[in-house]
Amino acid sequence: MERLLNAMTVLSIVLILLVLRSVRRAHIRVEYSVSWLGASVTLLVVSRSSGALEWLGGVLGIQDAALALIFIVGCLFLVVLYRFSIVISNLKDANISLTQRLAILEFHLRSLNEKQETRTTV
Amino acid sequence: MIPKEQADSLLIIVPAYNEQATLTGVIREVKQVLPDVSVVVIDDGSADATATLARDAGARVLSLPYHLGLGGAVQAGYKLAYELGYQYVIRIDGDGQHDARDIPVLFETLRTSGCQMVIGSRFLDGDAHHTSFMRKTGVRFFRAVLRPILGKSVRDPTSGFVGVNREALQVFSKSFPLEYPEIEALVVLQRRAFRFVETPVRVRPRMGGRSSITAVKSVYYIVHVLLGVLVNILKFERRRWRR
Repeated sequence: MERLLNAMTVLSIVLILLVLRSVRRAHIRVEYSVSWLGASVTLLVVSRSSGALEWLGGVLGIQDAALALIFIVGCLFLVVLYRFSIVISNLKDANISLTQRLAILEFHLRSLNEKQETRTTV
Repeated sequence: MIPKEQADSLLIIVPAYNEQATLTGVIREVKQVLPDVSVVVIDDGSADATATLARDAGARVLSLPYHLGLGGAVQAGYKLAYELGYQYVIRIDGDGQHDARDIPVLFETLRTSGCQMVIGSRFLDGDAHHTSFMRKTGVRFFRAVLRPILGKSVRDPTSGFVGVNREALQVFSKSFPLEYPEIEALVVLQRRAFRFVETPVRVRPRMGGRSSITAVKSVYYIVHVLLGVLVNILKFERRRWRR
């Protein structure tokens, strides 16, 4: 159990550093790093306080603290994935609207050019 | 034929994705039947010569920079038609399955019925020889699903040969399903107390290309559409409760 908690601590620290590095290099926008940072900090806290883990395991009715930890990790990443699904859906909607608008503007532009060419030839 | 003064109120849209094999024939046929009506091909990011051939055949082209899918392409056409002030839009497929000679019938029904949407139905006259077994089964299934939701039966809910008036255009410009839009669009209209009517049309075998719906995709299609229908019902019911 102790090994698992240590591995989780290392993993969460690596995740925090990775996210901060990506934010600094502008690979992840600050607003989208919050979910990852929140999840990894929670993991770090839980992995360093076995008392809290045991209490949580007791509340959830899970005897094994390792199982409780895996359950928490699973829940955290589900929340992060859910949040990103919302973000992706919004981005897709915006993308479709922009694509349609661009195509319509190009259509109008082409029509104007054609009208102008017709006038010039006349 | 449609008189010139009425022709100005109608736009024919043809969503097309890699339809170079059939599109020229479709546009020429429409132009032959309705020489005064504007035709806009919505090129949904085709990789072939769809856009060029459409222009050469006498249509105007709305070119999407990348592939949006059928719903996104059709909605782009609806948005354009709404902006240009058209009163009616009729959509036909680019694969040559729809007969342009049926367009005047759809248009007349749209103008005189008072309905916001007219569906060209291949099953009203029993002329559905070219419809695959899979499609017929799917149509039967969705007929049964839609009957209690719409409060009336619809013979051909998956038809892509449809006409809409300006009221429906306004709604669809703002909200239109992205994938497999036909069935969900009916639910959207019904929830707004809009009406639709079906009129018999002829359907031919595809002139070229292949249907994008495979056996595996059919299952995805059914799940996707059922979910879309459910979401639309919940969305509109929630609005009703809030009022």
